[in-house]
Amino acid sequence: MATFGNLSDRLADTFRNLRTKGKLSPADVDGTVREIRRALLDADVALDVVKDFTGKVRERALGDEVNKALNPAQQVVQIVNEELIAILGGEARRINFAKKAPTVIMLAGLQGAGKTTLAGKLAKWLAKDNHTPLLVAADLQRPNAVQQLQVVGGQAGVAVYAPEPGNGVGNPVKVAKDSIKWAIDKQYDVVIVDTAGRLGVDADMMKQAADIRKAVDPDEVLFVIDAMIGQDAVATAKAFQAGVDFTGVVLTKLDGDARGGAALSVASVTGRPIIFASTGESLDDFEPFYPDRMASRILDLGDILTLIEQAQGAFDEEEAKKVAEKFRTDSFTLEDFLGQMQQLRGAGSLKKMIGMLPGAGAMREQLDNFDEREIVRTEAIIQSMTKAERQNPKLLNGSRRVRIARGSGMTVTDVNQLVQRFEQAAKMMKTVARGGVPQIPGMGPIPGAGFAGRGKVQPKKKGSKSGNPAKRAVENAALASGEKLPGAAGAGSGGGSGFGLGSGSGAGADAGAAGGPSEKELESLQKFLRR
Amino acid sequence: MAERNSWSLSGALRGMFAKKTIDDETWDDLETALITGDFGIDVTDQIVGDLRTKVSRYNTTDPKDLQRMLRETLEERFSKLDPTLKLTERPAVVLVVGVNGVGKTTTIGKFAKFLGNYNRTVVVGAADTFRAAAVEQVATWAERAGAHIVRPQQEGQDPASVAFQTVEYAKRNNIEIAIIDTAGRLQTKGGLMDELTKIRRVIEKQAPVAEVLLVLDATTGQNGLLQAEAFIEHAGVTGLVLTKLDGSAKAGFVLAVQERTGIPIKLIGQGEGINDLTGFTPHVFVQNLIG
Ligand SMILES: Nc1nc2c(ncn2[C@@H]2O[C@H](COP(=O)(O)OP(=O)(O)OP(=O)(O)O)[C@@H](O)[C@H]2O)c(=O)[nH]1
Ligand SMILES: [Mg+2]
Repeated sequence: MATFGNLSDRLADTFRNLRTKGKLSPADVDGTVREIRRALLDADVALDVVKDFTGKVRERALGDEVNKALNPAQQVVQIVNEELIAILGGEARRINFAKKAPTVIMLAGLQGAGKTTLAGKLAKWLAKDNHTPLLVAADLQRPNAVQQLQVVGGQAGVAVYAPEPGNGVGNPVKVAKDSIKWAIDKQYDVVIVDTAGRLGVDADMMKQAADIRKAVDPDEVLFVIDAMIGQDAVATAKAFQAGVDFTGVVLTKLDGDARGGAALSVASVTGRPIIFASTGESLDDFEPFYPDRMASRILDLGDILTLIEQAQGAFDEEEAKKVAEKFRTDSFTLEDFLGQMQQLRGAGSLKKMIGMLPGAGAMREQLDNFDEREIVRTEAIIQSMTKAERQNPKLLNGSRRVRIARGSGMTVTDVNQLVQRFEQAAKMMKTVARGGVPQIPGMGPIPGAGFAGRGKVQPKKKGSKSGNPAKRAVENAALASGEKLPGAAGAGSGGGSGFGLGSGSGAGADAGAAGGPSEKELESLQKFLRR
Repeated sequence: MAERNSWSLSGALRGMFAKKTIDDETWDDLETALITGDFGIDVTDQIVGDLRTKVSRYNTTDPKDLQRMLRETLEERFSKLDPTLKLTERPAVVLVVGVNGVGKTTTIGKFAKFLGNYNRTVVVGAADTFRAAAVEQVATWAERAGAHIVRPQQEGQDPASVAFQTVEYAKRNNIEIAIIDTAGRLQTKGGLMDELTKIRRVIEKQAPVAEVLLVLDATTGQNGLLQAEAFIEHAGVTGLVLTKLDGSAKAGFVLAVQERTGIPIKLIGQGEGINDLTGFTPHVFVQNLIG
């Protein structure tokens, strides 16, 4: 699949080649630019945008603004990164709220882009922020779109204004107009207008969208676009810009494996900022869009900032410091471990968080095979232990292990493996927390582990990464306390199989042999963290 | 469907074919047209290389010849597979799969109508028990198409069991064709892909699956290939449906999908109306594309 890997993978490949060379010659630059062009096209970046982009990169790479502190490969990475950020908009933008309520947000986009789901996510997100949003069912076209919005509104716990049944019955412009009065009467402070999907080439429907816009005079018009869209992103974005003149963009289905292209194209062609990213089917899979993070994600550095922020939602700083301290002083117990896991689960999908770690591009397959139920099983085992056992695993003799296995519905082997992996990880964490680089001998895959992912064994991949939550805890703790722990940063992206992914997929083997993060991983991550 | 011609590559190609002789610019224009048509860089390189060879072999400088050769090349490549639907079993079970929002449910409505036009009896199984109001949506379509419908008995019921009951219903009532709607899922979600495998397996306890149709959205770019590969692996796709061809997207990626996977395009959707569905005819498809 090399030819059709995504943008991150392709650029990573390109730079890998470049890194092995000494100096950057004009021929190197041309070769690299050609690769970047291919990678961007494979990632569905619009051709004109690609031409523009590669032109700039080439010019700068050959120009004399050379940064002596970086090696040639790093320079190209830096240039590409900066240019990506420049296109993606530089800074994250927030919603513009009206001075006088209600704030009106209108959604528009192609059929199937994900507008209705997004309306629910946006409403839920605003409600969490103490707003009182009202969803407006102005898609009267698609069969049962009104009902879908009602269900979604129920799930989000917000009100829905749906005076018309839809399925071709009712006037969407009137519904939209009336909804504003309704919102003022009932004191909703944000109105979110869901509209029918429409094609850029459908003049009648574009006119209807323009009419809706006129009727509600929105503070924001969000153009919702599917991250999987191809070259047509440009034609469509232009048509919507001309038709309704949107103020911002939402990129949906970013949880798939097509992520870069449309973002670059739309931002570049319309000059409108991407404001939100939609990343899953649950109403909580929604986040502000950070251009700089997207750029580093494209470069396969991982969206580490988002990861940290999300993790901190669950791990407050205090807690993180405490955990790091425990690691340092070797007093981290199974109980602490369980507590961490539970907090992590509260933070949302563990898998998603792992996916945002640097290098995750290379481990997509293992990730897909990672079974979150593993956490549940681990939880079951630990919860079957007595308090004393949790605090001091040394107490766990044979008969206690049999009891725990029975209590948790697992086998004794499962219990043994958990304890073993806990001890290894705790040891590693101690090293990391003290600023060292972990060297764990014999951290190979754990054969026949009861925590295996979904059946299928994946081919080995080099440099697979651990999804060990404990390691992330250290990383977060270090960051939270403003400390620079090079080892900690590395641990996030390398190391043995720990408690995480490795067991089912045989992924631990390489990492175990290497005993820690590769130099390259450390380097890129440290560089990133120092920015 | 409204009168529109924006689907064709002709805009991009017009300038090129209007010229007197083939020159470097012609080749650039051709490359641009193919890339912006989502054919992908590999297929584009192949086609351009192929046509360069032909142009020099036939020693022509006339863009008209190039246009004809382009049409022939594309038609030949699109015609390699048999696009006919295999619906001879009774009941013939058709499973419809794809990523979120590509047009599965709409296609099912149109397809049920299409089959009804040939006097086939159809039952639709509402096995998307996940998305909000998906059952109601497919029920609306079934009603419009005059087809039977099997709904889940309770909310969030296992989709495989709805599929099972649909086939059972078809057998019991001597209905010729059973079409099963499934929830949209991104091909990267292992668990959800496994669920499709399970749905298929459960259906097969009752009757062989006649067709597994993968719905692809014409606006998709190169990700369409990854979608196809994953759905083929997990659901045993037997045919492709290309939707939203009434928009401005050219859907060039399907050529690579057909060629790489050996799965033929079988149906074309071009609108939200119940009659906006046709079989796939390479000649017509390419004609529309090239203009
Ligand atoms: N213009 C156009 N729109 C289409 C076509 N087919 C489907 N649509 C629209 O695309 C949107 C999504 O269609 P659905 O049939 O709900 O798609 P789905 O794949 O069932 O979606 P999920 O079940 O949510 O994954 C709807 O607004 C449809 O009306 C088509 O051929 N042309
Ligand atoms: Mg559907």
